[in-house]
Amino acid sequence: MKNWPEPFNLVVCGVGGQGNILISRLIGRILTAQGYTVSIGETFGAAQRGGSVFSSLRISKKYLHSPLVPKGQANIILSLEPMEALRQMKFLGNSEVRVLSNTKIVQPADVLAGRATYPDLAELESAIAALSAQAWFVPATDIALDLGSAIVTNIVMLGALVGSQTMPISLAQAEDEVRTTIPNSQIELNLEALNRGYQVTLGADAA
Amino acid sequence: MNNGKSQEATSFLLGNEAIARAALEAGIHFASGYPGTPSSEIIRTIVPYAEKSNIHVEWSVNEKVGCEGAAAAAFAGLRSLAAMKNAGLSVALDFLTHLSMTGLGDNNGAMVVVVCDDPDGHSSGDETDSRWLARFSYAPLLEPSSIPEARQLMQWAYDVSTEFDCHVMLRSYTRLSHASTMIELGEINQKDVKPQTDSSVSISPYVARPKHAAVLKRLDRIREKFETASFNTYEGPDQPQLIIVCSGSGYLCARDAIASLDIGQSVGILKLTTLWPFPKKWTANHLARADRFLIAEEVDPYIEIHVKETMVDAGLEGKQIFGKESGHIPAYGEITPDRIIAALSEILGIEYRGGSEEYDRKIASQADPLIIGRGLAWCPGCPHRATFWALEKAVKKDRRNAYVTGDIGCYTLDVFPGGKSVQNLLHAMGSGAGLATGLGQLGRFGYHQPVIAVCGDSTFFHGSIPALINAVTNKSNLIQIVLDNQATAMTGFQPHPGTGTNALGMPAPKIEIEDLCRALGCDVTVADPFDVRSSIRTIRNLLKKDGGVRVLIMRRTCELVRVKQDKRMPYSIYVDQQKCKGEECGICTSEFRCPGLVWDNFENYSTIREDICSGCGVCVDICPFNAIAREEVA
Repeated sequence: MKNWPEPFNLVVCGVGGQGNILISRLIGRILTAQGYTVSIGETFGAAQRGGSVFSSLRISKKYLHSPLVPKGQANIILSLEPMEALRQMKFLGNSEVRVLSNTKIVQPADVLAGRATYPDLAELESAIAALSAQAWFVPATDIALDLGSAIVTNIVMLGALVGSQTMPISLAQAEDEVRTTIPNSQIELNLEALNRGYQVTLGADAA
Repeated sequence: MNNGKSQEATSFLLGNEAIARAALEAGIHFASGYPGTPSSEIIRTIVPYAEKSNIHVEWSVNEKVGCEGAAAAAFAGLRSLAAMKNAGLSVALDFLTHLSMTGLGDNNGAMVVVVCDDPDGHSSGDETDSRWLARFSYAPLLEPSSIPEARQLMQWAYDVSTEFDCHVMLRSYTRLSHASTMIELGEINQKDVKPQTDSSVSISPYVARPKHAAVLKRLDRIREKFETASFNTYEGPDQPQLIIVCSGSGYLCARDAIASLDIGQSVGILKLTTLWPFPKKWTANHLARADRFLIAEEVDPYIEIHVKETMVDAGLEGKQIFGKESGHIPAYGEITPDRIIAALSEILGIEYRGGSEEYDRKIASQADPLIIGRGLAWCPGCPHRATFWALEKAVKKDRRNAYVTGDIGCYTLDVFPGGKSVQNLLHAMGSGAGLATGLGQLGRFGYHQPVIAVCGDSTFFHGSIPALINAVTNKSNLIQIVLDNQATAMTGFQPHPGTGTNALGMPAPKIEIEDLCRALGCDVTVADPFDVRSSIRTIRNLLKKDGGVRVLIMRRTCELVRVKQDKRMPYSIYVDQQKCKGEECGICTSEFRCPGLVWDNFENYSTIREDICSGCGVCVDICPFNAIAREEVA
């Protein structure tokens, strides 16, 4: 990759239960196989019950980094929910950051309880676009439901990341990793999800 | 760890998986633990090796019993592991302090206690620093600073335990336990040992005073070993302008901070790994290199205090120490690269800003107004939501201000934004029952509010039983509700004595909560939380029965467990827009708060989120206008 920042900081975020841990591991393994030193930090536990979750990947050509990304140093934010993208941008974003976000919103408990209002998706998207160098909005949950299961939303987003060509990961490498890691009965569905996500961003103009 | 598809020389592992792997490579025979974030994956990782490597693996009823079992194996000459979170260490501490007094006998057994702290309280009600408890209980303490080091250190811990005939404590923390990286794998190497115990000797802490003196001598010998341990390192210039003294997560954060500020030419890092007994001589030799020190650790100023003590003992004068006690790093929360960068910038007078001011201004004007908090909430289909709905209604109808003492598990989410905040007191595992026992005695002083304790099924076995016995025998007046969802749900659905399975997923004797409570003399009722109307009636009736210990078991399998066994939805749910009163009502969203039911702002009625609705059908019963309907799924 040209202009490799050392280390490369990727943040994968979303809402508890959306599968951000699985795709961080897949990405970690793909990059490790290429010789990068990858450190992933996660906070799973109570947050898996509807809270904000994120994994941080520090990808280095030199040495093992702390799993925590310093303020303003995210290179890519891959989000399974649009408001979560903005939440991570608040602390880790910068004018060069690139963002890929699912377009399906998940309402927080305070919204259900009538104590807060979830903003319009269009408003969220324009804020994300304005605060990033490039942004891609992917209807990942819709694609996953179309394939028969919302559970592969995360794999659609992984495909979108590969298609955006913002990281040194090829479609073939991602497919190989899916075949190695995903249980046999689910491989076809996941490969389809990966390819559908890939097609959304490949060659597409970012916002 | 991996899905069993390949046997590789390296593997991408969680910190907890690397710790477990190292224990396997050190040849453990016995592993026990009680689930608790961030420690739960340690025992889970050992389970697949139980049969092929002949290891006894158990989820123990609580951490104290887990440690006792592991120590017993060590007394018999085997190698054992006990794993728990920080809160669990306090439960085990009474035994562990006495275990230090006796040591592990002379059968060449070994025992390592792994405790996983949770700085920042990501999944805990406190951020207690377990390192003090090692010193408090006279146990050698090791703290790894990275996952590869954790693997080496864990193996070394077994050597130290064998050499000095005492248990060793290894302290992990969220940013190690729940971080992951690539790890080299070694051979799993269990020694064929025939366990034996010597019936002719008594191993006991008596007489305490001379035994204590002997323990201190043992600690002196361990300190000598730690003085030359290669795990403690110094890296940086010979005569640095400042040294960052660190342990654990502080080490990688310090490296990142130095790289961010580009001050590697003038700042060194002194990394301490053997933390008790503290290697004073080694530390003093390196402290002589510089005059200024920043201490980076989490959570309490443990190293900071020991460094100050070391300086006094070594006669080092004129040194400046920055850290938690000076206010340069907060004494709460986790250590981060940013916290170290901020402290270094202030001490060394370096201008540094994480990101641009202009970007932060844009965030404040364009992002902040849109971001709303995302509090924790029960899953769609969670039986706890139904139980707390019924409990709140019953308590309101009872009109005597019932007071509810809570406990630790998924039902703790009641006090988060997705819950009902029915629980009035919340402390430790089993404390709901204990607090209720006390409140239930206050009638003689004129306290007449009904007292209701709630706990989960795993928590019931872990810590509630002694309190219930106390309540029965002292004639306390209370209702204990056991939210039995057939799993230790919050930490990953581990089995417990009431599930009928063991850690390996094999059938195990099932201890019925109702049988146990009846044997204690409690008045026991079992109900289904999904039958909301009947649950409300049942709780009201129990409230009316004032007097004695009444146990109500609300039994319904955790939805996340159920869906693993049966992917089908019981019902398909829909909202009848003709009957929905829209904004006039809103009970199903604003009060019931199931994430599967959302408000449609455009159409002004509530609607089902089909991608996450579990089809439990409880919302049908809470809608006052019968606007929500369910159809059985064929």
